[in-house]
Amino acid sequence: MAQQRIAVVTGGMGGLGESISTKMADAGYKVVVTYSPSNTKWKAWLDEMKGKGYAFGAYPLDVASFDDCAAKVEQVQKDIGAIDILVNNAGITRDMTFKKMSKADWDAVMHTNLDSCFNMTKQVMDGMIDRNWGRVINVSSVNGQKGAFGQTNYSAAKAGIHGFTKALALEVAKKGVTVNTISPGYIGTKMVTAIPKEILDSKILPQIPIGRLGKPDEVAGLIIYLCSEEAAFVTGANISINGGQHMY
Amino acid sequence: MTKRIALVTGGMGGIGTAVCKRLAEAGHAVAANCLPGYPKKDEWLAQMRREGYADVHAAEGDVADFASAGAMVRRIEAELGPVDILVNNAGIIRDSVMKKMSPEDWLAVINTNLNSAWYVTKHVIEGMSERGWGRVVNMSSVNGQKGQFGQTNYSAAKAGLHGFAKALAQEVIRKGVTVNSVSPGYVETDMVKAIRPDVLDKLVASIPIGRLAKPAEIAALVGFLASDEAGYITGANIAINGGMYMV
Repeated sequence: MAQQRIAVVTGGMGGLGESISTKMADAGYKVVVTYSPSNTKWKAWLDEMKGKGYAFGAYPLDVASFDDCAAKVEQVQKDIGAIDILVNNAGITRDMTFKKMSKADWDAVMHTNLDSCFNMTKQVMDGMIDRNWGRVINVSSVNGQKGAFGQTNYSAAKAGIHGFTKALALEVAKKGVTVNTISPGYIGTKMVTAIPKEILDSKILPQIPIGRLGKPDEVAGLIIYLCSEEAAFVTGANISINGGQHMY
Repeated sequence: MTKRIALVTGGMGGIGTAVCKRLAEAGHAVAANCLPGYPKKDEWLAQMRREGYADVHAAEGDVADFASAGAMVRRIEAELGPVDILVNNAGIIRDSVMKKMSPEDWLAVINTNLNSAWYVTKHVIEGMSERGWGRVVNMSSVNGQKGQFGQTNYSAAKAGLHGFAKALAQEVIRKGVTVNSVSPGYVETDMVKAIRPDVLDKLVASIPIGRLAKPAEIAALVGFLASDEAGYITGANIAINGGMYMV
């Protein structure tokens, strides 16, 4: 890299976020993570990372709040510099059948998983266009592609992400900015490995032709490819990384 | 990085050459397929040597012929070793509206662009499965995804490649073999540069990014899919089209 690019990873301390952040740092990017204001372990995480040699910028951020995104991105740009790469990775689940799902469960997932993409991207896109270089990577899910029982909210938000990607990709294609979606299947994060082993073995793994969970580092590797100079012609794409779980 | 043996069909064409270089740069030995008696073979090899690619080799064979494809694979196995990475890249066009298309134009494209993938893969897939590692990358096309006027044959063949990828992906993933498709948009190759300038200008204007892809960009994506760390990606069809068609 001619210059050190600055990347922001939302939800950058989570199971997937941590791998994305560390691998991007390994690849030479200056990485800033955001974490939920309700995350009480942020200090311990940063200390642990420091112990491993990673000096991440870290900001508490409610990605569901447009105003908070505006304020924190301004702060990041003041503290660290202009943002070249945005990985919209923050996400939550509130699983429940539609029959039992409350409006609050719907709204929470839509705000955090989908509105967040608008809220964050809005703050950085003008700068990317001005500098004629940018990468936006939206982390969707196989469940946004195929739908999942008990996830009307999550499936809608994750599918919506790719609609956002495609439209924005068209708008900024001539400005050196690519916008892509990645759709991981089941990845071995704490969230997934917390599922009881018998359910994992009997219900989840049999759906996955490869017969194992994805590694967070494998997802990070895909993101790093998309950030590269050579991936400039890939835009508006939705890249599946799911061990064969869903093909279309 | 493990050194692997790669076979790129149609390896001396515009995209094929870039893929060969990329895989060679990743440290692999590369067999570049061409038709038997291809007149530019020696010149192509000499150019590779001039550019410093020492471990790129020619592999003559007609991939549209099952026996010829098998004989070629056996020669590669004898000379370089068993094929770990296969890029099914060979392709031709025979464009005309269906009203005017002859059965020969249909069959030529189906044979070279689609049947060839089955013919070549058939000869390498068992070995990949037995060794517990393999990568098959099929070069499809945006026109296989969206359909293209005047290309009933090409669109069918390129869409068919991804059907093949999805089925085979399920059969071999437990053996450490991934099978994926890459669907480029319009790429700066001789095939595309031969388009009439005014038509090409219009074409480029219709691509949101406003330019053609460089062969090296397609090659980088193939290189990523052929890497160890892409092992969880299988049965995928990756668009690289500058925003021309999004699914």
